[in-house]
Amino acid sequence: MKLTLRVWRQKNADAEGAMSTYEVDGISPDMSFLEMLDTLNEELILKGEDPVAFDHDCREGICGACSLVIDGDAHGPERTTTCQLHMRSFRDGDTIDIEPWRASAFPVIKDLVVDRSAFDRIIQAGGYITAPTGSAPEAHATPVPKADADSAFEHAECIGCGACVAACPNGAAMLFTSAKINHLNVLPQGAPERESRVLNMVAQMDEEGFGGCTLTGECATACPKGIPLVSITSMNKEWLRATRKSARS
Amino acid sequence: MARTVWDSTVGKKTVMAVSGLIMLLYLVAHVIGNLKIYFGAGEFNHYAHWLRTVGEPFMHYEWTLWLIRVVLVVAVVAHAVSAYQLSRRDIKARPQKYVHGRPRASYATRTMRWGGIILGLFIVWHLLDLTTGTVHSGGFQEGHPYQNVVDTFSTWYGNVIYIVAMLALGLHIRHGFWSAAQTLGVGSRTRDRALKTIANVLALLLTAGFIAVPVGVMTGVVS
Repeated sequence: MKLTLRVWRQKNADAEGAMSTYEVDGISPDMSFLEMLDTLNEELILKGEDPVAFDHDCREGICGACSLVIDGDAHGPERTTTCQLHMRSFRDGDTIDIEPWRASAFPVIKDLVVDRSAFDRIIQAGGYITAPTGSAPEAHATPVPKADADSAFEHAECIGCGACVAACPNGAAMLFTSAKINHLNVLPQGAPERESRVLNMVAQMDEEGFGGCTLTGECATACPKGIPLVSITSMNKEWLRATRKSARS
Repeated sequence: MARTVWDSTVGKKTVMAVSGLIMLLYLVAHVIGNLKIYFGAGEFNHYAHWLRTVGEPFMHYEWTLWLIRVVLVVAVVAHAVSAYQLSRRDIKARPQKYVHGRPRASYATRTMRWGGIILGLFIVWHLLDLTTGTVHSGGFQEGHPYQNVVDTFSTWYGNVIYIVAMLALGLHIRHGFWSAAQTLGVGSRTRDRALKTIANVLALLLTAGFIAVPVGVMTGVVS
């Protein structure tokens, strides 16, 4: 495959960026999107140019390190992470636009790499759960209804890649924050901090400068792990409940 | 608690949801009242006078009406101020557009902000036209709403302004009602279809009901 790539190049956080055009040839349809970028970078290095910086780690769709907005879609045209996107999803001769996540809470560090530490601070704001550590507890000691366990697991699938923020026209982190909150709030193990968790994490989310939710549904469409939009509804419900409770106490 | 709600994006959305539902409730009553225009000047004007005597003898003349007006003004102001503050925040949170852009979300969702501004301007015109009569065409007659309505919809611009605003209203309710349910945490996977259906039915009935009045005047059924 022969492709034309238009890639966002930006020297550092303070520099002005712009789209640069590159041609790559000899791309196999079985390559992953990141391998295609590796091929481009090898050529750039051979030519003595600065390679394109992009985030990646496990390359098996579970770590949440890779990002990239490909042709206007977070993680590209398939519902998966960029590392699991393969070049067979494109056609020979295509022009592909590659941009970083765009949100003021995710400033660009270099080229396609953005600073997602705002997500870490939201998680930190959630605090710990009061669970005894040590040997594994007896499995039947804390019964969890099947539906709750399924719901917790569904939310726990969030890998924190930030595609939801990148896809949201308001740069909101509602889907990420709701996944992290609901994951623990539906379980008995998360119950003691149920109120403080949602209040603190939502406050931190606002503090980081993310936008608000207008229910466009773009986040849930972009999410490679299929976190549902209704997760945000559950978070709103938890937040209202916690606000009412904290006003009484 | 009021501070917590107002300072949070989630809380401010709650203010929008609640104020929006108050206005929606009012609109349902409003459209039912409007449709009485099809039963002649007598019934329509009688209904308009009754609005001033609701609650008597417990309430004094026009007290109930003024109570409703105060609640509505508070709702409109709360809705608009929250929308303005949240929108500013949203625009600031995403300062740079994608080079490879595409329309995000549905038409109703994308037009919430402009639609809201159109509705705000419409309300001002609507009150100046049919409540105070300041910008009314053809001599405003206090206490004769039937004639005033016929006058307004006998002008081309009266019809255009009204119909455009009602179409904006339909789109606004279509996304707004469902969104309010999500904001208040009553949405769920099993209720989603029902909520979307209610939103669409409400939007359609209100828009059709309101537009029926200018259509009635234009076709000569109401004159």
